[in-house]
Amino acid sequence: MNIVVLVKQVPDSGTQRSLDPSDNTVARAAADNVINEIDEYAIEEALQVKEAQGGEVTILTVGPASATDAIRKALSMGADRAVHVQDDAIHGSCAIQTSGVLAAALQQLEYDLVLMGATSTDGQVAVMPALLAERLGIPQLSGAQKLTVEGSTVKVERQTDGGFWALEAPLPAIVSTWDTINEPRYPSFKGIMAAKKKPVETKSLADLGVDPSSVGLATATSAVVDVTGRPPKGEGVKVTDEGDGAEKLVGFLAEQKLV
Amino acid sequence: MLDTRLTDEQQQLRKTVEEFAREVVAPVSYQHDRDKTFPYEVVRGMAEMGLFGLPFPEEYGGMGGDYFALCLAIEELARVDQSVAITLEAGCSLGAMPVYRFGSEAQKQEWLPLLTSGEALGAFGLTEAGAGSDAGGTRTTAVLSDGQWVINGSKAFITNSGTDITRLVTVTAVTGELADGRKEISSILVPVPTPGFTAEPAYDKVGWHASDTHPLSFDDVRVPEENLLGTRGRGYANFLSILDEGRIAIAALAVGAAQGCVDESVRYARERSAFGRPIGQNQAIAFKIARMEARVMAARAAYYDAAAKMLAGLPFKKEAAVAKLVAGEAAMDNARDATQVHGGYGFMNEYLVSRHYRDSKILEVGEGTTEVQLMLIARQLGL
Repeated sequence: MNIVVLVKQVPDSGTQRSLDPSDNTVARAAADNVINEIDEYAIEEALQVKEAQGGEVTILTVGPASATDAIRKALSMGADRAVHVQDDAIHGSCAIQTSGVLAAALQQLEYDLVLMGATSTDGQVAVMPALLAERLGIPQLSGAQKLTVEGSTVKVERQTDGGFWALEAPLPAIVSTWDTINEPRYPSFKGIMAAKKKPVETKSLADLGVDPSSVGLATATSAVVDVTGRPPKGEGVKVTDEGDGAEKLVGFLAEQKLV
Repeated sequence: MLDTRLTDEQQQLRKTVEEFAREVVAPVSYQHDRDKTFPYEVVRGMAEMGLFGLPFPEEYGGMGGDYFALCLAIEELARVDQSVAITLEAGCSLGAMPVYRFGSEAQKQEWLPLLTSGEALGAFGLTEAGAGSDAGGTRTTAVLSDGQWVINGSKAFITNSGTDITRLVTVTAVTGELADGRKEISSILVPVPTPGFTAEPAYDKVGWHASDTHPLSFDDVRVPEENLLGTRGRGYANFLSILDEGRIAIAALAVGAAQGCVDESVRYARERSAFGRPIGQNQAIAFKIARMEARVMAARAAYYDAAAKMLAGLPFKKEAAVAKLVAGEAAMDNARDATQVHGGYGFMNEYLVSRHYRDSKILEVGEGTTEVQLMLIARQLGL
């Protein structure tokens, strides 16, 4: 079983994040960059499948040189190898452009299963699994909260507001995971030391056969044209209980369509 | 020039343990402290990360790291929970290390995989009611009879000795008399359970509430002759060398505690306003916290130095004593200042700084009191 896990490095969502004022792209250089949290669940799921059935787990990331930190964390958790697509021309790419780069990289790899976090905490577009499925012509099962592989079939469970879904697809397939699927492990010191020796292949757009003019800010399908700071929090409503406090609270909640 | 920057791997280890401490340890710390319960689930998580195997080679189930890696992990845990940190410290440097240092190959094969995996804990029975750092005052005896050691006596303040996963207690006992009339002290491995061995009810301590500490009693405890650990009569000398190392690990723990006090105080001094501005803008508070930071940095440098010398095979007795002295005092001083910065909240048990205040006192006492460290340093100066 060959599993590829898509990993993205993002600015730590627990810290103050910002956009670069020169081109309105995410300011990565100044940020405290970490592995996109939900991707850790995808890595853990891949490792669990590998531990149960054997195989190899490859990490695939597109990002600047600093993304090696995210790769190293994935490798120290137990992934076997990594492919790092790194090319200055990719800067500012939209989701559709990035999916072209990822698809080209995936086509150079052998995979039965592609796992990824359901969304990233920087762009939060959450369309990558669908875009990749379309480009690669393989099924996608999104928002998995439980995953099993039986022979050449992958089965997942997904829960939404609309109900409980049991989905399955033939391999190869793309599955995006939610953060309820497992509890990601902490890397052991042995894992940290072993990560140093694992192969990390760096690829440029030329290596992937991707035309540089098809990616990047200039030809992106979407652009951030303006940025406004988040408005300060409002005063809120103070309910004084004059015997009708409960009624007022219910009235407020109903007004906000919360009940 | 000594370079004290951490390597990439050391930084990653430190960061991983920091995350674990924040995400897994801290959320349950208050509850375990209040209820005086041993945090089995936390210890299991530490075991899964391989923390109990950090300073041991892979052939014995270890992680292939070194003693400094262990110190880094202890420091990070101690920032949020000293009980959890001492459980790891004692498990490694007192539980498994004597077996690794002085055990026969058979003893290592039997015990180390169990201890380095964190599946089981070992304890170190040296201290007695009348014998601490003065191990010569040992009164517990072991007599060889029909190929068995028969052990009688009692031990005091033994960490990790009465948990559900305690499987080994290494005990020092008088096994005879030397030519010069002094006691011959040897160390013996006692598997748990063994008939006659009892971990008495846990102590009611001022701090370290989630750490497991018991008096032990030995009543005709019989173990095979081959359970002798190391050379007969070397028990005391062996344990003295273990204690020198242990001082570095305790210094790391104390640095973590002192750092935790700084972390909490900086956060609180920025958030808490009084008289119209954050209290951290008052020099009385800012200078107090600056001094706390200076204590942490000095103490950390001292333990890094002692660890570096130890790992390089250089003499480190004085350095270890200095590190333990400086770090223990930094922890207690910082805890006192941190509770002051927190005002009334610093007197509330659910605040981390109040726990550091109770927990840190032992850092001026355990693994050799401040006075013993001063004595060791003075001796090294030829006094």
